[in-house]
Amino acid sequence: MSIKKTSLNNLHIKYGAKLVEFAGYQMPIQYKDGIIQEHKYTRSHSGIFDVSHMGQLFISGGDDLTNDLEKIFPADLKKLKTNQSKYSFLMNNKGGIQDDLIITKTSDGFLIILNAACKYNDYEVIKSKLDNQYKLNLDESLSLIALQGPKAKNVLNKVIPGCDSLKFMNGNNYVYKNQKVYITRSGYTGEDGFEISIKHSDAETFVESLIENGSKLIGLGARDTLRMEAGLCLYGNDLDNDTSPIEANLKWAIPKSRIETEFVGSEVLKNHFQSGVKKLRVGIKPDSKVIARGNTKIYNDKNQEIGKVTSGTFGPSVEHPIAMGYVDNSYSTVNTKIFLEVRGKKIPANICNLPFYKKNYVKGEINV
Amino acid sequence: MSEVKYSKEHEWIKLDGEEATIGITKHATEMLGDIVFAELPEKGSNVDKDGTAGVVESTKAASDVYTPVSGEVIDTNQMIVDDPSKINEDPEESAWFFKLKIKDKSEMDSLMSKEEYEKFAKETSA
Repeated sequence: MSIKKTSLNNLHIKYGAKLVEFAGYQMPIQYKDGIIQEHKYTRSHSGIFDVSHMGQLFISGGDDLTNDLEKIFPADLKKLKTNQSKYSFLMNNKGGIQDDLIITKTSDGFLIILNAACKYNDYEVIKSKLDNQYKLNLDESLSLIALQGPKAKNVLNKVIPGCDSLKFMNGNNYVYKNQKVYITRSGYTGEDGFEISIKHSDAETFVESLIENGSKLIGLGARDTLRMEAGLCLYGNDLDNDTSPIEANLKWAIPKSRIETEFVGSEVLKNHFQSGVKKLRVGIKPDSKVIARGNTKIYNDKNQEIGKVTSGTFGPSVEHPIAMGYVDNSYSTVNTKIFLEVRGKKIPANICNLPFYKKNYVKGEINV
Repeated sequence: MSEVKYSKEHEWIKLDGEEATIGITKHATEMLGDIVFAELPEKGSNVDKDGTAGVVESTKAASDVYTPVSGEVIDTNQMIVDDPSKINEDPEESAWFFKLKIKDKSEMDSLMSKEEYEKFAKETSA
C-alpha cells in the first residue's frame, strides 16, 4: 500500500516539516521551530494541527439509529442534543477498547471521529453490527484541522466569524468561501480549541489564513507532549484491546444510566464498574530528570513488578519528566512511591494526579 | 596543537596531549531535536572504544552516546546535565560531554576528519 498524503502536504513541506509515516500517512512530526517551541506556542497562543488522517464517519438513516448505536457504544446518545459531542469507546466483547472516539449528533444522524490507525477496522466492525438500512460514510473527501490554544477563538473568529459562540463539546455548521464547514469546540491538548472539518480543496487556503492571523503549524511530536501533559490517552499506547475504560481510569466517560443496559462489552464493563479493577491507569512523576518511556517496568519498594509505563516524555510546560501507565490497583493512590526501571537502574517516582498541566477548557466566555 | 576527529556515531573528539574531550556533533543534535536529558559516565570510570558512555534524550526518544576512544573519565560537563538545551545551542564547544585520559592514541587513526565526517553525515541523512 502506498503512503497517503493529506491535503496539507505541500504546506507541510513549505513550512519546513520533518515528515514521517504515521498510520499509513505522511505526516509532520515537527516543523522548523522544533517540538518544545511548538508545544509552548500552542500553550501561549495557538497551534494548527493537521489531523486529516483521522476518520470522519457519518452514519444516517432510519428511526432506530440512536437505539441501535447505543447497542454498540456505552454513551447516552438519546440525551445527546443536535450538535452535541461525547467521548466514548468502541469496545470488544471482553470490554477491551478497540478505539476511543468522539460522537457528535448531527441534523440527520451521527458523526464519529476515529483514530487513524483504527478507522478502517472500526468501519467494518460498526457496519457489521448495524442493519443494512443505515448509510455509513467514512468520508475521505474531507480534511480535519485542529486549532488549539488560548488564542484559537480569536484567530478562528477572524477567518470564520461567529464560531467563538460555540461551547465546549458542541459543534455547528459554518460557511467558509461559500462552502459548508463543520466546526466543533474540542481538542487533544488541554487547551481551548476547535476541530474544523473542511473540503480538501479549501484546506490549504484555510490554514494559510489561520497562519496570517498569527497561528503556527504544529507537528505530531508536540501533539504528543501536549496530550500527555493534559493526561489524555493515546490509543495503542495507553488504551488497547485488553484494557477496559474503567481500567483506563475513564469511568467519567461511561454514563451511570448505561451501566445496567446492554452494549458491546457491557458485561465486563459492568463487572469492572461494580467490583473494581486489578489494574488502573495513573499519572507518574519521576523524582529526577530521567525520562521513563512506554514499556518501562514499574516496581514497588520490595522490588516486585507492579505494572508498566504506557506513555512518557519530558513535559515542556511543566518542565519535568512525566509519564502515565498501569499499576496494580493497590498502588494507584496518589503519592505512592514506585520505581521505574530505566537502563537497568531503579528510578524513584510517585503516583500523581492527572492532568500534569491544568486545563484551560472553557464552557462560556474565556479569560485569557 | 589539538586534533579534532569524528566518529560514525556522530561524536566529535578533540585531543590535547593525553586529554581527549568528547561531545556530539551539530548534525547529531539536528537529527535528535530538542534535547531534554543527558546522562554522563562516572568520573574515574574506564570506558572502552565504541562502548556506551552516556545517554541523551529528546522529547521523542533516547539515544546512547558512545566513546570513540578508550580511556579513563577525568571530567564530565555538569552544565549539560543541569541544562540539556545547551547541547542544542553549542554542541561542539561549551556543551562537551566528558574528558578522557586517552589510553591508546592510535585509536584516533580510524576516525574521520571534518571533511570526511561532513560527507558521511550528508550521505547517511539523505
